[in-house]
Amino acid sequence: MPTKPEASTQSGTPTQRDALVEVRDLQVHFAIRGGVLGRLAGRSVGAVKAVDGVSFTLHRGEVLGLVGESGSGKTTLSRALLGLVPATGGSIRYAGTEITGRSERSLRPMRSKMQMVFQDPHAALNPAMDIATAIAHPLRIHGAAKGRADIDNRVRAALERVGLSPPEQFMAKYPGDLSGGQKQRAVLARAIMLGPELLVADEPVSMLDMSVRAKILDLMIELRRALDLTYIYITHDLATAKFFCDTIAIMYLGRIVEIGPAEQIYAAPQHPYTKALLAAIPEPDPTREVPRNLPRGEIPDAAVPPLGCAFHPRCPVAFDRCGWESRDLRTLLEQHWLELPVEQYNAERAVLGDLDRLDAPATEVVVPAARGHSGADVADLLRTVRDAHPDEVFWQGVAGTEVLADGVRVLFHQGTDPRLRSTNRDGVRAACLLHDSE
Amino acid sequence: MSRFDDDGAGPGPVLQVDDLRVWYGTPRGPVRAVDGLNLTVARGESVGLVGESGCGKSTLGRGIVGLLPPGTGIDGEVRFADRNLVGLPPAALRDIRGPGIGLIFQEPMTRLNPLLRISDHFAETIRAHESGVGRKEIRARSLEALRGMGIPPTRFDHYPHEFSGGMRQRIMIALVLVLRPALVIADEPTTSLDVLVEAQILSILADLRANFDTGLLLITHNLGIIAEACDRVAVMYAGRLAEVGYAREVFAEPAHPYTQALLASTISLRTTELSYIPGAPPDLADPPPGCRFHPRCQKAMRQCAQHEPIPVRTASGEVTCWLHGPSNGQSPVDLEPLVREELRSADEA
Repeated sequence: MPTKPEASTQSGTPTQRDALVEVRDLQVHFAIRGGVLGRLAGRSVGAVKAVDGVSFTLHRGEVLGLVGESGSGKTTLSRALLGLVPATGGSIRYAGTEITGRSERSLRPMRSKMQMVFQDPHAALNPAMDIATAIAHPLRIHGAAKGRADIDNRVRAALERVGLSPPEQFMAKYPGDLSGGQKQRAVLARAIMLGPELLVADEPVSMLDMSVRAKILDLMIELRRALDLTYIYITHDLATAKFFCDTIAIMYLGRIVEIGPAEQIYAAPQHPYTKALLAAIPEPDPTREVPRNLPRGEIPDAAVPPLGCAFHPRCPVAFDRCGWESRDLRTLLEQHWLELPVEQYNAERAVLGDLDRLDAPATEVVVPAARGHSGADVADLLRTVRDAHPDEVFWQGVAGTEVLADGVRVLFHQGTDPRLRSTNRDGVRAACLLHDSE
Repeated sequence: MSRFDDDGAGPGPVLQVDDLRVWYGTPRGPVRAVDGLNLTVARGESVGLVGESGCGKSTLGRGIVGLLPPGTGIDGEVRFADRNLVGLPPAALRDIRGPGIGLIFQEPMTRLNPLLRISDHFAETIRAHESGVGRKEIRARSLEALRGMGIPPTRFDHYPHEFSGGMRQRIMIALVLVLRPALVIADEPTTSLDVLVEAQILSILADLRANFDTGLLLITHNLGIIAEACDRVAVMYAGRLAEVGYAREVFAEPAHPYTQALLASTISLRTTELSYIPGAPPDLADPPPGCRFHPRCQKAMRQCAQHEPIPVRTASGEVTCWLHGPSNGQSPVDLEPLVREELRSADEA
């Protein structure tokens, strides 16, 4: 392993399609420690798999969009790429150099080549530091400048480059004097100060007004062209990504569920989650409404992800093999009760015992009867629930039921965890059982 | 029924804002955040208020319910339930907030007390505004409100941290609706939420009028959100209304150049090219003369820099722009395009 990572980037002429970042089976797991005793003993009670087996290759000059909701792991993934959180498994090669497992000290010189732009420009700038000092900060930290005059010149050039001109007007200002868009320009100026190759932009426009977003996107496109930058653009908004990205990777609960060339993904999304994300974007057109059959609920807890396909509880096209389980039964009961008057809910709820028994993920579960009720009562209730919505896809996942004295045992079909596979669209891979030709 | 529900009986507007002015005192002189604004919300109608940051939208929303910081000046009329809210003593305003006018803010994460169960939040809210409500009734009404928002009754005794961001915002909306207000003011209610959750909340807000006969004033900077949830749209610029009208008509044929520019800059999947509004909203301590939008307006004429435009009726509302008249007394010179220096990006937002 070279001690000077710059060496490898200088050798060889970087062609446009050189791999700049190669990620293989990357994992970032955060251990959850239990109570005080467990913590003292250093025991771990589980892990949040924030990034769970992600692979992709980013070429020089390419713009990759990492798209997903909060909790999908996109921010953790980008931080791992910069070495800001340690990877717990897999490999990240930056211009051929492995960066997982390296010390902070050895990573620091590489950071001048990879810079980050954060979501909230108000928080990313020190309110007590004037703009010139803030932008010159990377030069000082990396010892990259030769004296005051050099710093001054480079600050001016960077400000001009991001459209904060004339620079004199901004150098002595404090972040509080600037608008949101101007602050984000200043943050971009700071990010390009060291001449980076890779810019990781984490929701760079989502805190900005609609009228300003296009300006900042335009600026980022312009910087890409002028400075030959490679971008990772992290967002939950597929509409802005459309203008900027060559490749789109859709993330859900720590995995990439669909990846491919942007034009393919927008023309014909393959994963139900991608379809939903696209359908949910509000159009400024009152004659069109966002469809009402959007996925219900939100991203589940990554500490105990759903069995089978992680998206199945929200998926509008799920079927029997998608991984139905105990917690889905609880959700179904709660959905059913939402439709009932309070008295009827009270009556039905009284039949069942402790519903927390359904909270442990399992493909076999006993729905307990309350004291004074029998398993037959529970079976009657389940029948009522089923009759209310016989087409509910959940029931496809039920392999069988068995009436016990004090409850009903429900058995589910074993689910399959889908892997990324090629689809019939050119270059697009999706992790969905619908595309698993089996 | 809420005490405020039938006070202003009849089909008249639930809210009528007349020539409202709100100003903040600063060392540079008063900042006129709302400057002579008229707006009505009919019973069960949803009105979207849109504009860039710094146009006075949130100040308007807060001014209506008397939630302005001390030292803020307010003048004009806010008619609600047969009363003018401007100048009412704080205690009277407090009685109106909640059962009369409900408020939904952004950041649902910080609005619930982490030490109180959801059931406690409802009990406290109902008891604070209505006396003599029994526990059974509180529970029944709360569950009903939560059900409307898709929160299952099994979760009634849970704590806020056990809910996701979208669920918390739905609980906040349920807490507002449980008092059956005649009007709800929602200030950027989906800003910190993900797209899918945003769509869920928007469809809830769009259904408000059908299910609750509640008037809604929805404040946002995203025209896409208004298209989704509102009957009428009011476009605000520099403390005033630029244009107001039925959403379908305003979106199909925006009359004011500011509305046109806002629409063009809204990035959606159908957007074919990136577009933005040059410059930034003006400093409201020293707004430009004439039409306040003229320094950024692509269609500005010479008279726009000199004379304040007069509101003109449109098919479904009003527009305040010289392009739409009235055309009395101008010389041809007044109608020539305005010549000006190029805007520097330095002046931009």
